[in-house]
Amino acid sequence: MLRRKQRIDSATVRTSRRGFLKFAGGVGAGLTLMMNLPQAAAETAAAAASKEGDFMPNAFVRIGTDNRVTVFIKHLEMGQGTFTGLATLVAEELDAAWEQIDSEHAAADAGKYANLFWGTVQGTGSSTAIANAFMQMRLAGATARAMLVAAAASEWRVPVAEISVSQGVVSHAASGRQAPFGDLAEPATRQPVPPEDSLRLKTPQEFIYIGKQQQPRKDRGKTDGSAIFTQDIQLPDMLIAVVAHPPLFGARASGVDAAQARQVPGVVDVVQIESGVAVLANDTWSAKKGRDALKIHWDESSAFKGSSPEIMARYRELTQAPGLPARSDGDAASALAAGANVIEADFEFPYLAHATMEPMNCVVRVGDGECEIWNGDQIQTLDQGAAAQVLGIKPEQVRIHTLFAGGSFGRRANPHSDYVLEAVRIAKSRPGTAVKLVWLREDDTRAGYYRPAYAHKIRATLDENGMPEAWEHRIAGQSILKGTAFEGGMVKDGVDSTSVEGAVNLPYRIPNLRVELHTVEEGPPVQWWRSVGSTHTAFSTEVFIDRLARAAGQDPVAYRMQLLEGHPRHQGVLKLAAEKAGWGSELPAGRSLGVAVHESFNTYVAQVAEVSLQDDGGFRVERVVCAVDCGIAVNPDVIRAQMEGGIGYGLSPAMMSEISLDQGRVAQSNFHDYQVLRISQMPEIEVHIVPSAEAPTGVGEPGTPVIAPAVANALESATGQTLSRLPLKLA
Amino acid sequence: MSVTLNVNGTEQSVEVSPDTPLLWAIRDHVRLTGTKFGCGLAQCGACTLHVDGQPTRACVTPVSAVEGKTITTIEGIESSTAKAVQQAWTELEVAQCGYCQSGQIMSAVALLEQNRNPSDADIDAAMNGNICRCATYVRIRKAIKLAAEQLS
Repeated sequence: MLRRKQRIDSATVRTSRRGFLKFAGGVGAGLTLMMNLPQAAAETAAAAASKEGDFMPNAFVRIGTDNRVTVFIKHLEMGQGTFTGLATLVAEELDAAWEQIDSEHAAADAGKYANLFWGTVQGTGSSTAIANAFMQMRLAGATARAMLVAAAASEWRVPVAEISVSQGVVSHAASGRQAPFGDLAEPATRQPVPPEDSLRLKTPQEFIYIGKQQQPRKDRGKTDGSAIFTQDIQLPDMLIAVVAHPPLFGARASGVDAAQARQVPGVVDVVQIESGVAVLANDTWSAKKGRDALKIHWDESSAFKGSSPEIMARYRELTQAPGLPARSDGDAASALAAGANVIEADFEFPYLAHATMEPMNCVVRVGDGECEIWNGDQIQTLDQGAAAQVLGIKPEQVRIHTLFAGGSFGRRANPHSDYVLEAVRIAKSRPGTAVKLVWLREDDTRAGYYRPAYAHKIRATLDENGMPEAWEHRIAGQSILKGTAFEGGMVKDGVDSTSVEGAVNLPYRIPNLRVELHTVEEGPPVQWWRSVGSTHTAFSTEVFIDRLARAAGQDPVAYRMQLLEGHPRHQGVLKLAAEKAGWGSELPAGRSLGVAVHESFNTYVAQVAEVSLQDDGGFRVERVVCAVDCGIAVNPDVIRAQMEGGIGYGLSPAMMSEISLDQGRVAQSNFHDYQVLRISQMPEIEVHIVPSAEAPTGVGEPGTPVIAPAVANALESATGQTLSRLPLKLA
Repeated sequence: MSVTLNVNGTEQSVEVSPDTPLLWAIRDHVRLTGTKFGCGLAQCGACTLHVDGQPTRACVTPVSAVEGKTITTIEGIESSTAKAVQQAWTELEVAQCGYCQSGQIMSAVALLEQNRNPSDADIDAAMNGNICRCATYVRIRKAIKLAAEQLS
């Protein structure tokens, strides 16, 4: 999401790489404008969260007299590692000891905690956390360090230049004096905040944490049950709300008989809201029993009643005709018309649910002119605005406590604030009482906000050397951004950038290349899903390029390498993955390799999948070798973890996950019919990180879209079958 | 009605209807929230705890079925096996979002209590009921083996 904005900023970073390195080398220039005003931030943030004597030089760092360093993390920790990554950047420039650092979610306050790639919006997504905060967090740490040093110099009456800092201890070698940060916290509060251009950041050679050994993660409490998620919030007199949601998208409750529900012991109230009928109770089980006892008449007259086969047939029909242009190089239509051997393929992608382990939930307490929200919140600014609008208060009167999210994969970044507003509307009916909205798994699976269904058609011709001469790619599906706050910036000339990303930036050298889009109106609400457009475009483009290589009688890796001339980072990961996977060497009988390479969110990933055909006609993915280039690797182990997990997440739609509609009804409800990858289906995974001095980019999403085409290519080369639909099924 | 539960070595009386799943009694009434809700159908394993030492899906186990039995949650595991599993989980940084990990650890502890040297197939069989959407499975496998090594 928000890719266009990100591209601009990342491109700025990329094209001014010399400036970036110069800055990293210690000359304050170029990127300093990213930093918040430290003084203003210090005033307010210090007031909010400090004990007397604590030192808070800016909105991101607090050093306590107890020698603890708290780093305020502006991005949601949903497993991707922001608590560790952003803390690493601060610790690096602060020269803190890793053990003294605690990470904590920052308040919802876009003035201080905006995503620097998103203007004035605080939020997490597009794999931007490390990329946008890289300099900001380092400067925050360097500012704190400079003030601690100044405080020591003043206390000890020695020159600043003679002071050194290491592992949370400030030292003056000549006099033998030293002090831990905590002892200097109080005096440091009296130091002026230094101008940014006086700060010297470390050179990469000086890094002690960035790219180094594994620092233990900072999102602790996940092995002893002590980590608190939204589901775990307990407040005095809190009520639990379980909601009867409409059976069809667009249906509304037209008659509610709540008599039996109110008889259920523990049930306190029944409230009709826009999105259904909520039962409030003293505990979750009573609320669920109350919900199940409701008798509701649903008005389905304006509800969506479509079915998946009919939807897909319609999309396929659309791809027969030209759509709105998203990219046009040369003249693909003429080249295709003139070409003798046109190779073509159709691809189909079903709706997908995010299926986070923690179903959507939210705790809200509505007060007088204020509202408090506890949520694994992914876009705080939008949720604040939406809640404020419903309650008739100001966004800054909506206070959000951001909690760990039990997975999100994009779901908790709902641009319509769907489940948050549902909770707000229920809580609004009981001012002063905290209400925890609990979605059961079935509510979560059937709520919509799916990865849209898509159909693709690609046609190509090859030149006399077997290289693609023309490539025409048509995509049909719903727009994710239409009707959201992001529409203005990211839908251009009718083309939603999230529908075509990964296709319009196809890196292969093809003289005549055209990408077209048909945007479809459909009933089910849709949303971004880990790696967004690349979830489908990486599949169609990478499976098709493999077919072209085979049609040309060429090796798929060598073929790609030729076509990727001028794209060294694509080539770099492809070459590395192929080498490490033993591409081209002999394999045991029944095994085959497939490869794919794809860039998303400015991170380059190649994967080689080794599959085996099973006696039952199915297949297993045995092993995956992954190479990733995400610029400077801030936390190598987190990067490896995100590649492993991203591959696992991508294997679910590759192998088994699918939401289907039957006359408007979602056919799936829980993990028995919306199946996802389990441990017995998980391949061995090997991750290799390309050494790089480029600006760092994200890793939460880019591992996901590459695995399905790699697996499909292995299966196609092993069986000769054409696999055009996810989840993959062999004939 | 009042139901007495023995949770982590302490007798607790909770006011719930007898059909209440153990999961919700423990989360909402005993107020131990380490045991997670994921599916309500014994499909995902997030609610796994031990009843008389056996890994049990709390979301489909009514409180009426466990009166007089010994219930252990993630907050109450203390055996050397449990410590080895938690240590291995931390050492290999298994957790990502972490929501399923209580259940994963409870299943892994039960496996190692019964089988000190599990093969890949044993691990798959014992852990297949525990979904992790972050797909930390590679590290779960490694951590179980590491814990087994530590215990041998």
